[in-house]
Amino acid sequence: MFGLSMKTIYLLVPLFPLGGALLAGLLGRKIGRSGSHTVTILGVAVSFALSAFVILPDVMSGNTFNGTVYTWGVSGGIPIEIGFLIDGLTATMMVVVTFVSFMVHIYTVGYMRDDPGYQRFFSYIALFTFSMLMLVMSNNFLQLFFGWEAVGLVSYLLIGFWYTRESAIFASLKAFLVNRVGDLAFLLGIAAIYKTFGTLDYAAVFAIAPQYASQTLEIVSGVDWNLITLISILLFVGAMGKSAQVPLHVWLPDSMEGPTPISALIHAATMVTAGIFMVARMSPLFELSTTALSVVLIIGAITALFMGLIGLVQNDIKRVVAYSTLSQLGYMTVALGVSAYSAGVFHLMTHAFFKALLFLGAGSVIIAMHHEQDMRKMGGLKKYMPVTWITMWIGTLALIGFPGFAGFFSKDTIIEAVHTSSIFGSGFAYFSVVTGVIITSFYSFRLLYLTFHGKPRMDEHTRNHLKESPLVVTVPLVLLAIPSIVIGALYIEPIVFGDLFGNAIFVLPEHDVLATLKESWQGIGQYMAHGVKALPFYLMLAGWLGAWLCYIKYPHLPGVISKKFAFIYRLLENKYYFDHFNNIVFAAGARLTGRLFWRLGDERLIDGLAVNGSARVVGWVSSLVRHIQSGYVYHYAFAMIIGLFTLITFFLHG
Amino acid sequence: MFADNLLSLVIWLPILGGLAVLAIGDDRRAPVIRILSLVISLATFFASVLLYTRFDAKTADMQFVELSPWIEAFNVNYSLGIDGISLLLIILTTFTTVLVIIASWKVIQKKVAQYMAMFLIMEGLMVGVFSAMDALLFYVFWEALLVPMYLIIGIWGGPRRVYAAIKFFLYTFIGSVLMLVSLIYLYYKAGESFDIQTLYAVKLDLTEQIFIFLALFAAFAVKIPMWPVHTWLPDAHVEAPTGGSVVLAAIMLKLGAYGFLRFNIPIAPDASQELAFFMIVLSLIAVVYIGLVALVQEDMKKLIAYSSISHMGFVTMGLFLFNPQGMEGAIIQMISHGFISGALFICVGMMYDRMHSRLIKDYGGVVNTMPVFAAFMLLFGMANSGLPATSGFVGEFLVILGAFQVNHWYAAIAALTLIFGAAYTLWMYKRVIFGKVANDKVKVLTDINARETMLLATLAIAVLVMGIWPYPFLEVLHVSVDNILSLASVSKL
Repeated sequence: MFGLSMKTIYLLVPLFPLGGALLAGLLGRKIGRSGSHTVTILGVAVSFALSAFVILPDVMSGNTFNGTVYTWGVSGGIPIEIGFLIDGLTATMMVVVTFVSFMVHIYTVGYMRDDPGYQRFFSYIALFTFSMLMLVMSNNFLQLFFGWEAVGLVSYLLIGFWYTRESAIFASLKAFLVNRVGDLAFLLGIAAIYKTFGTLDYAAVFAIAPQYASQTLEIVSGVDWNLITLISILLFVGAMGKSAQVPLHVWLPDSMEGPTPISALIHAATMVTAGIFMVARMSPLFELSTTALSVVLIIGAITALFMGLIGLVQNDIKRVVAYSTLSQLGYMTVALGVSAYSAGVFHLMTHAFFKALLFLGAGSVIIAMHHEQDMRKMGGLKKYMPVTWITMWIGTLALIGFPGFAGFFSKDTIIEAVHTSSIFGSGFAYFSVVTGVIITSFYSFRLLYLTFHGKPRMDEHTRNHLKESPLVVTVPLVLLAIPSIVIGALYIEPIVFGDLFGNAIFVLPEHDVLATLKESWQGIGQYMAHGVKALPFYLMLAGWLGAWLCYIKYPHLPGVISKKFAFIYRLLENKYYFDHFNNIVFAAGARLTGRLFWRLGDERLIDGLAVNGSARVVGWVSSLVRHIQSGYVYHYAFAMIIGLFTLITFFLHG
Repeated sequence: MFADNLLSLVIWLPILGGLAVLAIGDDRRAPVIRILSLVISLATFFASVLLYTRFDAKTADMQFVELSPWIEAFNVNYSLGIDGISLLLIILTTFTTVLVIIASWKVIQKKVAQYMAMFLIMEGLMVGVFSAMDALLFYVFWEALLVPMYLIIGIWGGPRRVYAAIKFFLYTFIGSVLMLVSLIYLYYKAGESFDIQTLYAVKLDLTEQIFIFLALFAAFAVKIPMWPVHTWLPDAHVEAPTGGSVVLAAIMLKLGAYGFLRFNIPIAPDASQELAFFMIVLSLIAVVYIGLVALVQEDMKKLIAYSSISHMGFVTMGLFLFNPQGMEGAIIQMISHGFISGALFICVGMMYDRMHSRLIKDYGGVVNTMPVFAAFMLLFGMANSGLPATSGFVGEFLVILGAFQVNHWYAAIAALTLIFGAAYTLWMYKRVIFGKVANDKVKVLTDINARETMLLATLAIAVLVMGIWPYPFLEVLHVSVDNILSLASVSKL
């Protein structure tokens, strides 16, 4: 295209958003608000166009790429490089990331219209797009970690975007530190790979990994662990941080302190799915360790079930969507655990569209409500905001997996895959994902009913000013609603049962649950027909019915239920006390230990006892030998010289 | 005319220039003094860049060698020469000195000539330490350095400057005396020679090696400083003026690590291997213990001082892993820490100049009045937390890679810095920079001016370039590091 080589085009995809970020960030004051949003939107638009209309078709026609851009550094004769790996998996991620980012950029023009930090915001989200692209396009572990940390940085900046709010800057610090816990393990995993394979290049590592399948590492003396298991689990702990899996999930709900567009882009559609992408990318390693896969599966199942439950009791509209995101990330992780990597990535993709839609819809509601987020003060919004209302319905139907909508195909595939799997933990996981369906359906319709239906509960002033959001907000909603309907039906065949991902994903034949599903695959019509006869469909209806009963038919019912099950209600409301535990044990514990080391170790022992103590000893000795103490410097110098001579004599003749 | 004496030029230009500045020595001529000092430091910096461009990265031999007799009666020579390790540290020294002179432009109004002269003289002496190939010459440069730093803290320092200056002096001086003893011992063992490369070849049994190692350790560990001989550093930093803190953190701490590389490891290789575990344990204590202590500091300068000690733990650990990743990582960490800690001390200095407080609780919401400054400080804070694409990541990453090859627990404990480093840096940043305007003093703060912006931008570029493309830094190290590693692997027993 335009005479450019494909390698140049690959390079341009991340560089366009980077250019936008630099222009808006460094020259924001000069080019102004419209200048800033123009350059960043153009940048991401070009990225999207290149990804969707040049790179993806090129990859689908069979052209993959794996090459170096530059050598970062060499140590011990091993080069560490920055480079790209472009295959079906990468190309899919690039399209998803740039499309959602593009929509969010446009939406931001409306959402952040009155914000004094307008240019800064555009600079950050463009920088995020660059970082995320570098992450998914990487062909090696170093660059993966670069992108990984860079998206974490931008996430930190954006959660704390409104830096005068105490809750926001607390949430941003918390997010960064919790992610760092995962990163610690991730980095050790990379170090283990470097030690074992002597390279950080994906292709090289994957090629020789099977030879190391039974190699062990002595963790402590006498305890040997399988090396690949260890590496896989370390990498997965990194994924747990970024993709907010229990117990490293605590930062994600708090991240809702950031502006809504980034909740959609970073904390729902793209960054939090980096962990899912990473594990899928590492499938040649994870496949070698069923232990690691079981760990992935169980963590995912716990997250899918228990985080969904918290969503039932949230009153903040964004937090409901946030807990839903946690739960859906659990679904994706479960898919990875049963080796249905492509199903996990497929759900990642459909989820990116409908969850971004739900967040942006929630944002549209928040604009109309003058930044009120409490659903108990909403109600009956449908007649004021028809576009938001309808698109939110579409998003909800996609999320709960209503047959025909995007989420149906991806979620049903996961449930079927888990059902087929026989790996350790798959029974529990099946229970979680099936129960999760009724929970998802309930909290989703609860949100819809509380917000858009029933009687309006806001004050007079707010109600009089209710109106639909401007076009820059509603157009992205509509553009996201379209894939939320059709993307599942369109892509289930190429992604899950076809070979869009080609060699990007490696599954051992004995783990290949999707192959079993593929045998009965007879097209999307048949798949839907089967869907409405299966258990999850009726659970979904039950959840819907429950929400209707609780929030439309008998609105006093939730109060009664929460009193009746006060213990469970309190447990959910306090989010299983994870935050309390972390605050007391880790945060306060670290401060206490630090103070102890400082006051006791440094000040009392080292300075007090050793340094000043020896000074006191000297003082005491000198009080005895006062008569030879004259106060003249040359006397001391003389004493020192004598001491020196004594030492030298001792060394030479000793 | 200096083509053959480039190293001497880099040493003596700032020292003689400093003496000249001292001779002008009158505050009424302060503008001239400032410009003259800047010109001298810039000239020195460019001379050191010439060293880089003319450096041959393919040989392990010492380069730019100069040799002339000095005290012939004791066979002491004025002997200079550098390898890639010295090269990077020399450039760091000359680079930092330029920045220190710019940073002190407005702040220092009294005794300007003396102040500038001290930094120029220190610059020459430090380059001397990094290029001396004669042990006694090394010792002379090393000891001479104490005087200007002592004066900087003692004259331009804060309220407890005398206590801090004496603590600094005694701590480091006691260590130095033991170093002198072991150097004299080696002198006789080597047949009356102080030539460092001759000392490498001296046969020593294990007991001798261990004694020599520990005597040198006393000098070098104090300087770095390693736990538990670190308590002089926070006091010195708190009392020192900004320029003093920058030189102390960016360069002086590296003298100790350089000493380990140049003396302990090649001269006492068996003792080094024997005591490697001991060194690594002390280093890990520095990372963890000091990291936690940094978390609860109330004074920003103390916090950064403790952070320095913690980061230097990576250096000492990297040196004693005895693999290329560890050692190159350690050296990269030294350079990077020079940029980052220097930048952070300059940042704190800029706030101190405006608010006259270093206490975290006196701040809050600085971003509202100093947004440009806040952006720079965030970059340096992130670099201090080891964020990839900043220089802070490169050294730590390589050391962790090296550590994992020796023992995965070393790597795991060291990697805790990922959490601690981010926690103490960003928590401080949150309390100082973010939030609502905390008080009237913050409310009237003015953002950094053009000179200050240029200063921080220069450091920001250094931090980013080294993070995104450390290749040119690593390239000059490989052969030199391999040389040290091969010396370390040949037993003298």
